[in-house]
Formats: sequence, structure tokens, C-alpha cells
Amino acid sequence: MLGVTVRRPATGKPASRTTSAFRRRIVVGVLIVLALVLMTVSFRKPDDGLVASAQSTAAAVMRPFTVAGERVAQPFRDAYAWADSLLTARSDAKRQREENAALRQQVIQNQFAARENARLKALLAFRDGPRFPADYRGVAAAVIARPTGGFAQDIVVAVGSSDGVTLDAPVVSEDGFLGRVTRVYSRSARVTLLTDEQLAVSALDVRSGAAGIVKHGRAAASTLIFDRVPKKLKVSVGDTIVTAGWRSSKLASLYPRGIPIGRVTSVGQADTDLWKQVQVEPFADFDRVDSVLVLVRKDGAR
Amino acid sequence: MTVPATIRLAVLLFVIAILQVSAFSTISLFGGGPDVLLVTLVSIGLLRGSLTGAVAGFAAGLIVDIATLGTLGVTSLLLTLAGYWAGRYGETTGRGQTRAPLVATVAATMLVALGGYGLYSVLGESVAPRSFFSALPATLAWNALLAYPVFRLTRRVIGEDARVDRVREVELLV
Repeated sequence: MLGVTVRRPATGKPASRTTSAFRRRIVVGVLIVLALVLMTVSFRKPDDGLVASAQSTAAAVMRPFTVAGERVAQPFRDAYAWADSLLTARSDAKRQREENAALRQQVIQNQFAARENARLKALLAFRDGPRFPADYRGVAAAVIARPTGGFAQDIVVAVGSSDGVTLDAPVVSEDGFLGRVTRVYSRSARVTLLTDEQLAVSALDVRSGAAGIVKHGRAAASTLIFDRVPKKLKVSVGDTIVTAGWRSSKLASLYPRGIPIGRVTSVGQADTDLWKQVQVEPFADFDRVDSVLVLVRKDGAR
Repeated sequence: MTVPATIRLAVLLFVIAILQVSAFSTISLFGGGPDVLLVTLVSIGLLRGSLTGAVAGFAAGLIVDIATLGTLGVTSLLLTLAGYWAGRYGETTGRGQTRAPLVATVAATMLVALGGYGLYSVLGESVAPRSFFSALPATLAWNALLAYPVFRLTRRVIGEDARVDRVREVELLV
């Protein structure tokens, strides 16, 4: 029977084939169970316990490698940022010239207002909450790791409790507010960004004083919304939004007053809504954060 | 797998995992960036089989979770399944096919993205659906672009599994 497919008698060892498949399934099953156990323990006790301390030690061991990786990538990032900035250089320069002229006027007015404000506060013996930047010192840190896949809006910075960083410390960049410290180890800390759905910050419109909450917007990854602003209050396009830094009895906001967050890009309201719909473009570029300042209270309070 | 091959595999995984969290994760174009670690893992699965793929996925996930100070086990679970699936695909349907790296990479990217979305939702760490799904096409494109170069690089570093599958059929041509 030439040219015809002929089934050869099975000369192999079916038993070993079955054993191999069985072993493969066992190993994969064990790995999955192990991952689930790790997840459960790590999720339930993220900051203490055996798993947390093991993670802390492992993170400290791995830190030099992540710092090295970050340093290798830095020149490429700089080159990309330089090339990218060339495309918008002309329009940026024009916008900044206009902004500069407006700000020059504003600075003079602010200097008068600040002097008057200080005099009135002294007269009233006014008790104030912590202010930015006067009551804080900044701990500068490089960003050494970021999660992949866009599931979590976190970054890891190369400073930790040994540098004075505490849990919930506010984090800023040279442009504005970024987020807060949500996990601290001795030499590294995780910062949850304002673009994370879990994070929100009480905020103020500098011009009108309208108060609300800034949180992640659903429209785009880096768009924020200024929520819970009553419809009767006035918010306009172009207004600057800063952290509110409120204090009420023993409770106080985690963030000091006056950290710039962003600029209002659109304002709307519907009859059926309780609040205004305000979109804010953040000053900070959350996608390209290379270095941050972790704010630590000068008086040591948290 | 021989000891030198295992060491080469471990070093490759460690280096790629560190570079992924510290360097590649900063690249963003049209909202998404490359997941070189996942592409490497798929290549390992295709070249070395499902068991090696699953173990490599677990280890790589652990490195990522430690380096990013995230919840331990989350990335491990996703990458274990991705490595295992890629290995099984390589052992069955994709065996000997030139398009296997591309198909497996695209499928694994989708699997990890959707699995991760579900897993994070279950853990209560909600992800904004619109921003997540708008980033997915860009990540898919990046990973598809990297599938063949990374596959070749991985094959050069760790080699291919030398298993000779038992022949079940022969054709007589005289």
C-alpha cells in the first residue's frame, strides 16, 4: 500500500506521557494556589506580617537593579522628551510669553494681598493649618519603577522611612500635585497617583473659592474632574485649582493648602445634576514623571 | 533543561522584568506601551513548553510585584497562566508554525489584559474602563511589533527545547 498513510503501532510508553501531563498539571495547580495564597495574605496585611517583611527585604535587595534600569533608560527618555518638545516649541513659547505678562501683573497684586493678609492674621491671632511649602520640607526622589498594563496608577520612588517619608505623605512634582504615599519601606515607597480611581483630594478654585473634590476622570487617563461643586458657585474655564487643606476640629486634610493641581478646561451643568461638571487638566504630566518631591512635615507631625 | 540553560533563562527573565518596570513602562504612545516581559514569557513558553512557561511566569510576576511594591501574587497569577497557555499552544496548535509567536503574543496580551481587569476589579482596585480599553490597542500593536524580534532574541539566549516528539504516523513513499 504505497503512498498511503499507515498507522504505526504505538511503541512508546503511554504511561510516561500520562505522568508528564499529570506532573505538568500538578505544578501549574500548585503555582496558581501559591499565587492565590500570596495575594490573599498580601492583600489582607499589606504593611505588616511575614509576607510584608519578606517583600520589604526583597524590594531592598532589588532596589539597586531598578535604580540601574532607570538610569539606563533616562538618556533615552530625555532624548524623546527633547524631540517631542521641538514639535510644540513655537506654540509653547507664545503661550508662555502671554502667561508671563499676566503673571507679572498678578505677582504685584499678590504681594500687596499677602502683606495685608499677614497683618490681619496677626491682629486676629488666627490659627492656621499647615501650609505648603512653608511648613514642609521636600525629600527629592527618582521614580524607579512603574507597574505595567495600566491596571494601577502607582509609581515607586527611591526614598523610604529611613529618609523620613511617612505613610500618606503628599507627593508633588515641579508642576504640581501628584498623589500620596500609600506604602513605605525603609528605602523605597509606593506613591498612588491622582489618576488612580482610589484617590481624591479636596480642592479649591483659587479665583472664586469654590470648593470640591478633584478625582480621576473617566474620559481619559490624565483628565481630572472637579466634583461636588454646587451649581450656585462660580467656576470658569482657565481657573486654577489647588489643594484645599481643610481643618475641622481634630480632623485635617492629608494635604496642605495651596498645592497647584490643574487648570479648568470645561464647565457644564445639567438640570438633573446636583453638582457642576468641571473638567481639569492637571499641571503635572502623570505619564512622564521622572522625579518627585515627597513632602514631609517640618514639625514631624503626620 | 540543562543547568546552563536554566541559568541563562533566569538571568534573561530577571533582566527583562527589571527593565520592564524601570524602563519600558515609561514608554507611552497613544496611551499604551510595550509589555516586553509578557512577549518574552510567551517566547519562553513556545520554545520551552508549558511547564517552563508557567514556572517562568510565576517567577517573573513575583519580581514585578516586589519591584513595584504591589500586591504579591497578582502579576504572578496572570503571568503563570499566560506562560502556561503559550507553552500549550506551542506544544499543540502552534507547533512548527512561523506565525505562532505573533498569534500567541496577541492572544496572551488580550488574556492578561482582560484577566487583569477582572482580577483587579475583584480585588476592589477598580480600573477606569475607558482609559484601560483605550490603552489596549496600543499595547497590542507594540507587543505584536516586538513578537518576532523578542522571539529570536529569546531563542538565541535560551535555545529551543531539544525534545523529539514521538512520531505517531508514517507515510511510505516508494
